[in-house]
Amino acid sequence: MINTGDILETINMIDNEHLDVRTITMGISLLDCADDDITRSAEKVYDKVTKKAENLVATGEYIEKTYGIPIINKRVSVTPIAMLTAASGGNPIKYAQALEKAAKTLGINFIGGYSALVQKGFSAGDLSLIESIPEALSVTDHVCSSVNIGSTKAGINMDAVALMGKIVKKTAEATADRNCIGAAKLVVFCNAPEDNPFMAGAFHGVGEPDCVINVGVSGPGVVRSAVSKCPDGDLSEIADIIKKTAFKVTRMGQLVGSVASEMLGVSFGIVDLSLAPTPAVGDSVAHILEEMGLEICGTHGTTAALALLNDAVKKGGVMASSHVGGLSGAFIPVSEDAGMIDAARRGDLTIEKLEAMTAVCSVGLDMIIIPGCTSPDTISAIIADEAAIGMVNSKTTAVRVIPAIGRNAGEELEFGGLLGCGPIMPVRNNRSSSKFISRGGRIPAPLQSLKN
Amino acid sequence: MRAIVSVVGKDSVGILAEVSRECAAHNANILDVTQSVMQDMFTMIMLVDIADISSDFASISSNLEKLGDKIGMKIHVMHEDIFNSMHRI
Repeated sequence: MINTGDILETINMIDNEHLDVRTITMGISLLDCADDDITRSAEKVYDKVTKKAENLVATGEYIEKTYGIPIINKRVSVTPIAMLTAASGGNPIKYAQALEKAAKTLGINFIGGYSALVQKGFSAGDLSLIESIPEALSVTDHVCSSVNIGSTKAGINMDAVALMGKIVKKTAEATADRNCIGAAKLVVFCNAPEDNPFMAGAFHGVGEPDCVINVGVSGPGVVRSAVSKCPDGDLSEIADIIKKTAFKVTRMGQLVGSVASEMLGVSFGIVDLSLAPTPAVGDSVAHILEEMGLEICGTHGTTAALALLNDAVKKGGVMASSHVGGLSGAFIPVSEDAGMIDAARRGDLTIEKLEAMTAVCSVGLDMIIIPGCTSPDTISAIIADEAAIGMVNSKTTAVRVIPAIGRNAGEELEFGGLLGCGPIMPVRNNRSSSKFISRGGRIPAPLQSLKN
Repeated sequence: MRAIVSVVGKDSVGILAEVSRECAAHNANILDVTQSVMQDMFTMIMLVDIADISSDFASISSNLEKLGDKIGMKIHVMHEDIFNSMHRI
């Protein structure tokens, strides 16, 4: 029989250390829903999504009960809607409404893919979709949106960067009466992955099969607890402990994904090897870094500690899973991480330090609340900086900032649930980047793109 | 299908009997039991065959959890594959 210690370790991880599967995300291709009549096309979208995912929530709940593992979110990602808009024309809001209706019918937590990929330029449908994002995210609750504005291969589309600064601001303004929640459902990417199960950036890439199951695991609390049992070990030992823990966490995700794909009769895509925090105490990535010996997340040494953590998570997870993908690494969303909220409140964690951290972790400037008076050009400049880090380092970076309309640094916004809450962090509003942003054009792809 | 039933809590008379009775009531066959008492803390792990249970997994699991609440123990029922996959390569 299985070792008693191992059994109790697993139960302790789930009961006391917040071990969970963060999401089962079903990716659904909508390419066969394209129609030159937008009303008919939106109906086909609703029909296909509700048919393919009709058992997703029930299957997730069955696995939760049988295996005793909490599965926090059941989600759907779809083909970037800009592609359907290209075929149908018309106002893409109809698609947002169809996706929202499908999400409500299915009982899922989020649906992602109100997206456009414009790293090299705008094609038919892209501009009208991007311009509809503020309205789409204000009239829906479950729809998530993302725009890819750069890649290592293509460079950075600075016209799109300039546009997205305005769109982020407008999205926050359109939901100003609801704590600007719209901006929390919008991500601007460089090197966006096509099989990402995490929101708000999930969409179903064109190279993906018709329908696929992707799984995102979590477990910052488990890693922190494992590190705390080695108070005097050197960093080689810490890396080994994290690898072993990540292996176990990922194996659980692999099991859940394979059972779900078998039950649903859908192929299993990838496991996203992630450390995704929640605002709950004991489920924080910042606290892992502090457990390693930093007084507070954000002080000198934070980038190095995060680099070690991120690398060890991947090394441990990669052997535990048959296919790895998505974002894979440690997330640092400020408002979703109790330790980061605390460090930002004290002023020890700043946007500049977070930007450095994004060079070594899996995503980017995530869930950062900025003053409502921040100009669209400054938001664009933040996006450009972050995209440059992703482009040059051949990695995914993203920006999800929430301009707190009508509020200033020092105040707080409360989103509730997994999105958490956080202080408004100061931005260099007093110095302009407008001239640089208004130049437009493209930042050419870097030399490292020429690998052939 | 086999499940692991884990029972943890303060030691008292009749824990094994109570849990076994609940398993029998659902026609779940106990294949293996290991238990230990360290400093008054009782830990028992049961391997149970649930292929022919008279109800479904959800009801045996929730009934055992309720029994745990009644006798002051923490009882979990989980499919054995979760442990196999996490702790074996």
